[in-house]
Amino acid sequence: MIRVVLPPHLRTLAQVKGEVLLDVPGRVTRASVLDALEARYPMLRGTIRDHVTEQRRPFLRFFACERDLTHDPPDAPLPDAVSSGAEPFVVLGAIAGG
Amino acid sequence: MSGVRVLVGTRKGAFILTADGKRKQWDVSGPHFAGWEIYHVKGSPADPNRLYASQSSGWFGQVIQRSCDGGKTWETPGGGVTTEPGKMPAGESNKFVYDASAETGKPLTTHQWYDGTQHPWEFKRVWHLEPSLTDPGTVYAGVEDAGLFRTSDSGKTWQELAGLRGHGTGPKWQPGAGGMCLHTILIDPTNPRRVYVAISAAGAFRSDDAGKTWKPINLGLRSQYIPDPSAEVGHCVHRIALHPSRPGVLFMQKHWDVMRSDDAGDSWREVSGNLPTDFGFVIDVHAHEPETIYVVPIKSDSEHYPPEGRLRVYRSRTGGNEWEALTKGLPQRDCYVNVLRDAMAVDSLDACGVYFGTTGGQVYLSADAGDSWTPIVRDLPAVLSVEVQTLR
Repeated sequence: MIRVVLPPHLRTLAQVKGEVLLDVPGRVTRASVLDALEARYPMLRGTIRDHVTEQRRPFLRFFACERDLTHDPPDAPLPDAVSSGAEPFVVLGAIAGG
Repeated sequence: MSGVRVLVGTRKGAFILTADGKRKQWDVSGPHFAGWEIYHVKGSPADPNRLYASQSSGWFGQVIQRSCDGGKTWETPGGGVTTEPGKMPAGESNKFVYDASAETGKPLTTHQWYDGTQHPWEFKRVWHLEPSLTDPGTVYAGVEDAGLFRTSDSGKTWQELAGLRGHGTGPKWQPGAGGMCLHTILIDPTNPRRVYVAISAAGAFRSDDAGKTWKPINLGLRSQYIPDPSAEVGHCVHRIALHPSRPGVLFMQKHWDVMRSDDAGDSWREVSGNLPTDFGFVIDVHAHEPETIYVVPIKSDSEHYPPEGRLRVYRSRTGGNEWEALTKGLPQRDCYVNVLRDAMAVDSLDACGVYFGTTGGQVYLSADAGDSWTPIVRDLPAVLSVEVQTLR
């Protein structure tokens, strides 16, 4: 299972506490993780990336394994530790997050 | 037993204030959607327990919320957690995408930017939600960058009424300080096919075919901040109000100037009269007296607070021109709050209640049509909008 950490406002919106666990079929990339996240929690569609273009919202970033993955291509494989569930994929708001 | 429910949108959440018909003892619930900007909350006239809220954030974008129990519980329409992958809902209640189809009539891609250059249309947020007068599942949404959307499935999906942006004057619309927003939507209660909208800074527009086609209705407006002060569009209209018994008479608070139209917006005349300043944001009409109107004068476009630090509502009982200051219960020194365009409303109890919210977090009530005022709450986040439901 893929572990995803959401910022507090999105946890509230999705009505979840703590990490989200997702079954991500196929290659584990940022795009496939967000696809699975939005499928499970449709209320999050549009809050992390644009509905149509799928561009990242400007004030959001993606971290994992102590690395900033924000500007990696969305179809790039995520680190093995994320794919194995050892480390979470972190979505966070830039600094204060509102 | 009658009562009132006041729906308050703030910079950091929504609050619901309820009282019985005496309007003395108030129950305050909230913050709902804590930490998010709530530009507007409004109930359906056809089903008062059906509420819609616009929740937004610079970080996370736009979310639409719906309540079917008067605000006790909320949901994102059609967007609940899915457990069966094969039955995943579309999750499109937050999706506001401008219509780009050729069939809808020359959809526009640019408007004027602050410096006069052309700029692409970009969705930012929903400013105003206006439920249908007869169908709880139909709601209009006024958005920034200015456009008009409608849902017919209780907020699950939204479609643009592209005839507004596409009617031809769009390249001359420009943002004001708050952005280029469609903030006012008025439905004629005697003719639901007639809809008025207002945009900062474009002006007022009217549709007589339920939103399919539109025309500017700005004749008589004068604005010194556009090259031609009497241009067809480009005016920074802040708010329009009407009385349901006389929907062809419109009252407008413009950037500067308080205006009146007696012909459904075809022409306007100034009724600022003896106001201390005719800049302001809100305007509203007494629930039972169509010629009694209210404004809150603000010092100027560069100083958004009451003149002389004295918070005063002004009332005209003559449909404009002759105004009286209403001060009893309002701070008359050192007051430097603003009252934003969606932050005034009236109830329809026998003694008409008038409500307004401030950027200082107060929501004031007058239970005697403006003669005296008292704060219902004093310390909310900055108030963006106030709506009132009269419950019977």
